Parts: sequence; C-alpha cells; structure tokens
Amino acid sequence: MPNMNPKKNEMPTQAPEVRAHNFSEVALGYEESVAVDEANRCLNCKTMPCVSGCPVNIRIPEFIAKVREMDFEGAYEVISKTSSLPAVCGRVCPQETQCESKCVRGIKGESVGIGRLERFVADYHNAHSKEAPVRPSSNGHKVAVIGSGPSGLTCAGDLAKKGYAVTVFEALHLAGGVLVYGIPEFRLPKAIVQKEVETLKMLGVEIMTNVVIGKTLTVDELFQMGFEAIFIGSGAGLPNFMNIPGEALKGVYSANEFLTRSNLMKAYKDEPDTPIMKGGKVAVVGGGNVAMDAARTALRLGAEKVYIVYRRSMDELPARKEEVEHAIEEGIEFKLLTNPIEILGYKNQEDPRDPRNGSVIGMKCIKMELGEPDQKGRRRPVPVEGSEFDMDLDVVIMAIGTSPNPLLKNTTEGLEVNSHGGIIVTEGGLTSRVAVYAGGDAVTGAATVISAMGAGKVAAKAIDEYLSK
Amino acid sequence: MYKILAKKSLNPTVTYMEIEAPLVANKAKAGQFIILRVDEEGERIPLTIAGVNKETGAVKIIFQIVGATTEKLNHKEAGECIQDFVGPLGTPTHIQGLKKVCVVGGGVGCAIALPVAEALHAQGTEVTSIIGFRNKDLLILEDEFKACSDRLVVMTDDGSYARHGNVTVPLKEMLDAGETFDMIITIGPLIMMKFVTLTAKPFGTPVTVSMNPIMIDGTGMCGGCRLSLLQEGKRVTKFACVDGPDFNGYEVDFDEAMARGRTYFDFERKAHEKACNLFKGV
Ligand SMILES: Cc1cc2nc3c(=O)[nH]c(=O)nc-3n(C[C@H](O)[C@H](O)[C@H](O)COP(=O)(O)OP(=O)(O)OC[C@H]3O[C@@H](n4cnc5c(N)ncnc54)[C@H](O)[C@@H]3O)c2cc1C
Ligand SMILES: Cc1cc2nc3c(=O)[nH]c(=O)nc-3n(C[C@H](O)[C@H](O)[C@H](O)COP(=O)(O)OP(=O)(O)OC[C@H]3O[C@@H](n4cnc5c(N)ncnc54)[C@H](O)[C@@H]3O)c2cc1C
Ligand code: SF4
Ligand code: SF4
Ligand code: FES
Repeated sequence: MPNMNPKKNEMPTQAPEVRAHNFSEVALGYEESVAVDEANRCLNCKTMPCVSGCPVNIRIPEFIAKVREMDFEGAYEVISKTSSLPAVCGRVCPQETQCESKCVRGIKGESVGIGRLERFVADYHNAHSKEAPVRPSSNGHKVAVIGSGPSGLTCAGDLAKKGYAVTVFEALHLAGGVLVYGIPEFRLPKAIVQKEVETLKMLGVEIMTNVVIGKTLTVDELFQMGFEAIFIGSGAGLPNFMNIPGEALKGVYSANEFLTRSNLMKAYKDEPDTPIMKGGKVAVVGGGNVAMDAARTALRLGAEKVYIVYRRSMDELPARKEEVEHAIEEGIEFKLLTNPIEILGYKNQEDPRDPRNGSVIGMKCIKMELGEPDQKGRRRPVPVEGSEFDMDLDVVIMAIGTSPNPLLKNTTEGLEVNSHGGIIVTEGGLTSRVAVYAGGDAVTGAATVISAMGAGKVAAKAIDEYLSK
Repeated sequence: MYKILAKKSLNPTVTYMEIEAPLVANKAKAGQFIILRVDEEGERIPLTIAGVNKETGAVKIIFQIVGATTEKLNHKEAGECIQDFVGPLGTPTHIQGLKKVCVVGGGVGCAIALPVAEALHAQGTEVTSIIGFRNKDLLILEDEFKACSDRLVVMTDDGSYARHGNVTVPLKEMLDAGETFDMIITIGPLIMMKFVTLTAKPFGTPVTVSMNPIMIDGTGMCGGCRLSLLQEGKRVTKFACVDGPDFNGYEVDFDEAMARGRTYFDFERKAHEKACNLFKGV
C-alpha cells in the first residue's frame, strides 16, 4: 500500500539560528528509512507525468521503485542513464516548477519529494560505491570543451565514456563554473563538485585551468592544434547593472563579485587573502536564486541586517521556493514591490580626503504596484508616484541577472549570436560554425544546472555522430 | 604550476621576474596583462606583461611590493613555482599609425609603460618618454627607456636625481613650446594620470590612460573592475579588464576611480603587516 500522507517527509536542516552563522550545508538529507517512506508515496503512475517535467527525462517512477525496494545502487543506475550530476541537481533543481510540478500527488497535497530522493540516491552512491570509473579505450578523436560548468563537464564526460580524448579549457583557476564560484557551500558543498571533476579525470579528461579561449588560445587555434570538434559551454557570466546613480560607490557589488570573493576566493574563511565587506546593513537587489545566495552569504559573513529588494511580489519571486523559505527563516527581510532609484554615498564637504567619502550610506527606493499583465502574462510592476523612501545601508549587491560573455563571439569569426548575446544553435547544439557546438547558459542566457547539463548531453551525442561519420 | 625562470631586484621595492608560460608569451601584446596567484590560498592579482621571450616561453613581469600578495611573490626565488598564471588579458594598447608619441610614466607605472614605449619604438614612432619617481632610490628602468626613446626626461619629486618636480612640468613646457604629439600615453598613479590629462587638455592632445582598478577574474565576469566614462554627457559603465585597461583620459571619472581604489584600504594594510611578520619570523 502506498503511503497516502499528503505531506512530504520533511527535510532535516540545521536550525536557522545556527546555520545563519556557518557555511555548512543547510539541508542534511534523508535517512534511509525516511527515503523509503517517501518513495512509498509514489503511485508509480503509468503515464509518468513527472518525467515530462524533468528537462532530461529522468525515469522517475523507475528509480523511486528501486528506492522502495532498498536497491539504492539500482536506483542510481536508473538516474545515471540520463543525468550525470544527480548529487548536484537533487540539491539545486527548481523541482517545484519542474518534475514535482507535474506529480499527481501534488493535486491533493504535496508532490513526492523527487529532488530529495534523487539527492539521497546520489549521496548514497557517493558514500558507498567503491568502483573507480574505468578509462575506456581511445577512439583516436580529439575534442575540446570550453568552460567547465555543468554543460561543459557533462559534454566532456559523455564523450570521454565513448573513448574521445577530451580537453576542457577553463578561464578560472578551478573547474566547476557557477557550481564553484556562484552557488555557495551551504547549498552545494564544493566537495561534491570536486568529486565530479575527479571522476572525469579518471575517465581520461584533461582539464586545463587558466586558459581563456579568445585570449590565450582562439577557437581557430584549437582546430589547428588537432581538435576535431569544439563544445562551447562558457556560461552567462556578464553581470548586469541597473544604470542608476551611485552604482560605482564603494560597497556596491555585483552578485557575481560578491559570491566569487566568498566562494572561489574563500573570503568567508577567517584569514583570507581576498577581502570582502562584512557586517553592516546589506541590501540585495533582485529575487532569483542568485539574490537569495548573495543575501544568505552576506548574513553568514556577519551582516547585522540583510534585505532582499524586489520589484514584484512574493508570488513572482523567481528563486527556488525552498531557498526563499530558508532565507525567511534565517531572518532576511523582504522589501517587496520596491525598486531602487539611486544609491546614496557619503560625502564630507569639509574634507575631500575623508576615507569614507564615496562609501554607500543608503539607497533611495520607490514603491511599486502590479499593473496590467505583459505578453508573458506576468503583471508588470509600475512605480507609485510620490512613494520614494530611503533605506540605511552599508552594502548594496546587484543580483538583477547576467548575460553571455561576448569574449568568444568577439574573437571567433562566423560565430553568430542573438540580440541577447546567446549563441545561436540548432536542435543538436551546432552553431553557425562547422564542428563548433554550444550549450547551457551561453546559448539560453542564465537558466538552470539541469538544462545546461542536458544541453551538454545533446551536444555530446551530436559531436559523436559527426565524428563517427 | 608556473616556474620562475629568473628574478632580479630593480630597487628595494620593485622586482623583475620571468615566468614560464609559453601560451601567454606567444600571444602577448603591449598593454596586456596577466592575473596570477602565488599559492593555493592566494589572492588573484593583475600585473602587466613587461615583455616576453618566445624562445624560452618566458613572460616578464615587474612589480612593486605594496601589499600582502606582492610581498609573498617577492619571497619566491628562481626555480620555484607559482600556482596560477593566466593571460594575456585586456585589450592591447592601440599604437598603430601613431607617428609621434609622448609616454608619461610614474613610479611602478613605468614598468607598465615600458613595453608600450618599446612597441612604439619598434614600429618607428618617434618616442618622447617622461618618467617620474618620488626619489632616486625608487628609480627603475632608466636604461631600458633610454634604449627605446628618442628623448628621455627623468624627474624626481624631491630632486634627489635628475630634474626636480612632477612629470607634468616638462610635459607642459613641451606643449607650451608648441610641440605636438599624436598621442600622450600615460601610466601611473591615478592622481598623476588625472593631472597629465588636465595638462594636455588646453592643447587638445589625445590622452590614453591605463586604468588599474581592483580585479578578480579578469574576464568580465565579476564587474569589480568597472569604472565610469563620461561620453557625450552620458555616464557609461566599462569593465577595465576587457574594455581596457586603456581608456580615453578625457572620459574617465578619476575621482570615482580613486574612491573605489580605496575600498579595502584597512584590510590591505592589516594583511600586509601580517605577511611582513610572517616573513620576519622565518
Ligand atoms: C549564484 C547562482 C545561483 C544559482 N542557483 C541555481 C539553482 O539553485 N538551481 C539551478 O538549477 N541553477 C542555478 N543557477 C544557474 C546555474 O548555475 C547555471 O544555469 C549553470 O551553471 C549554467 O551552466 P553552464 O555550464 O552553461 O555555465 P557556467 O556554470 O556559467 O560555467 C561556464 C564556465 O566557463 C568558463 N568560461 C567562460 N568563458 C570562457 C572562455 N572564454 N574560456 C575558458 N573558459 C571560459 C567560466 O569561467 C565558467 O567556469 C545559479 C546561478 C548562480 C550564479
Ligand atoms: C591591469 C593592471 C595592471 C597592473 N600592472 C602592474 C604592474 O605591472 N606592476 C605593479 O607593480 N603593479 C601592477 N598593478 C597593480 C597591482 O595589481 C597591485 O599592486 C597588486 O594587486 C597589489 O596586491 P597586494 O596584495 O600586494 O597589495 P594590496 O594589499 O592588495 O594593496 C596594497 C596597496 O596597493 C594598492 N592597490 C591595490 N590594488 C591596486 C591596483 N590594482 N592598482 C594600484 N594600486 C593598488 C592598495 O590601495 C593599497 O594601497 C596592475 C593592476 C592592474 C589592474
Ligand atoms: S534532475 Fe531536476 S527536474 Fe529532473 S528529476 Fe531530478 S530534480 Fe527533478
Ligand atoms: S507523478 Fe508523482 S506519484 Fe506519479 S510516478 Fe511521478 S513521482 Fe510518482
Ligand atoms: S575583473 Fe572581474 S569583470 Fe573585470
């Protein structure tokens, strides 16, 4: 008999008042018995609606059935047929808008905790499996991958398993893309990403850090070096600003800079070499995952007060639901229907050498209300006249989106992009250049880990077909 | 890991190094820079490429010891390795077509200016170099500048060597005397570049300045290196690591850049003290 409890098994977490002061993972993961109990909530629907909600169509009822039978390695095998980063996606997928949004149990209660089960299975496998990946025999072909985010890592892994000699070129000093420089430790432990990278190396993938394609080497030079096909997974790393007065003041960060300083450069440690502003009152502008991560990072670094400033209402927040709930529990204050119009700076009229000159002291905002829906059906926020007010602040973090970096477009002749800077590709991931494929945020603009991973898989398949012709 | 092939002290606070990085050496052009990390826990800092040797794959850097990271780097010896070294980053200095140029360098900015002066000289441009230092002990690269300049003026703030005064003094004299340049290229402290720009303004000589804001990734990802340009009355945000480091001096908001440059002043002072104490201990 299935478990008809309308509620999901709760995810055990660190208590909010404890976790607000550390960088350890917030969600602790299901115990075996809880995982089996949750698996029993699945009705094993014949039509499998949940599967259509997953961008890579993980065979959800099938893996959950294995969990129910306590065959956890079997469950892992089912998942790994279509996904290569389950420990990551189980943690960071926006399940409530993907697989879980389609689950029939969600009609009269809460959906099955698909993401939580996926995470459980992946963690179980990582903790118990001893088999080292075997390096397949070479097929003699060389492929280059640009960028080591989820799309690049997935493409490299799939090709390596087929015997390709793959080299990944990464601009930063560490592989992992947003998984290492953006998403914080308390949500995605870096050891998990590290393990994925190590697995790739065991499969024979070579990872060259500190190489910026377009600068150190160009796409055309990669072909001259003997690479027969190239996958571009360079992400959407270019931060947007609001273009309001005061954005250049001391204490204004892009979320990318703030998170990079904390995550990649370890500024959250006690005695780092890389500085970051800690303490004081912090406002994060934006409502997505990036904004939540920046806000919760600021809190953990020791801010006395952290605000999220978002121009729409709670219902429109694009962040994962779980992150919003966690942020609220941790004491982050949401200033909704609010839009910044100016960042205010300190200016000592008497002493131009006062070191505080040019530092953030506040932000002028205006209240918004939701007007008519736009083409996409989202109600557009419009300013309420005369509702301006000032917030007292020391740090402002802009988390209002990113665009694809133009570096590759500017240095690769014939590589076409759309009006948002996204690389134009066919269904199989082929760009306007022969033998050059692309996928992930570099194509779609900022999206999700699972869609980037999916794009890496599609391109790997297309590259394999192209090179085995 | 990247091997240090050679090391030489130019003065008590300025060091020259050659780092083995053939891919960077192959591509580097005057005006471009690298980003390095000394060790696993290290900060990423940008340094200009002061020259290359394509045969040995060496990239030359010249750095002033100002804080924790440059202090740590200075404690590495030839034969040892540093953790990370990436480049060449940034846009090369535009020097094509220039017939007569004045290069104005200040302090360690002279290290950044030298490869530009050399590249100009190599393409047949008539080069006037004005290099300034606070005092005689801080003088660097005089012979190197002599070798690539048609005319060289050396200045010290306190008069302890060569001419007494700021770099703007001889520049103004030349311009007042009716001399013309296709371009003034100036590299040094922000305040110096600001005054060089102001000196040139009445004469309408184009000025290129080299902006060195705090950087992290160097690829356009973090926005930390942003600065404001005033173009046709409009404020435009640019990222120095990809759009620069060279900019039109008349457009740069120097005051804003100076304020931003002091963001981590206290932190850096403490980190430097810590690094110094660390090395004193051993
Ligand atoms: C703070 C934050 C939180 C997020 N939270 C979530 C979440 O909870 N759930 C979710 O699903 N998604 C989330 N996302 C989005 C998700 O991380 C991205 O959609 C995903 O990482 C995109 O993968 P990618 O492989 O396309 O690129 P990226 O992960 O961006 O990786 C691109 C890599 O390419 C490198 N690169 C770029 N240019 C070059 C070049 N010229 N040469 C060499 N290397 C280059 C970059 O340094 C980088 O390492 C979040 C993003 C951020 C920033
Ligand atoms: C594109 C670029 C090229 C550069 N080229 C050279 C070079 O060829 N040789 C060289 O000696 N330096 C160069 N610099 C400056 C160099 O990056 C800094 O001196 C270095 O980051 C200081 O690191 P630190 O940890 O030793 O000192 P920190 O502790 O970080 O700083 C110590 C002091 O230096 C100042 N400072 C910090 N960063 C910079 C900076 N980016 N520019 C100017 N002052 C700074 C601080 O305000 C402080 O007063 C360059 C900077 C940029 C952005
Ligand atoms: S990968 Fe994401 S969308 Fe797919 S099943 Fe797992 S949690 Fe759901
Ligand atoms: S829709 Fe829900 S209940 Fe049905 S198979 Fe999928 S997870 Fe199980
Ligand atoms: S250094 Fe990060 S964008 Fe320029």
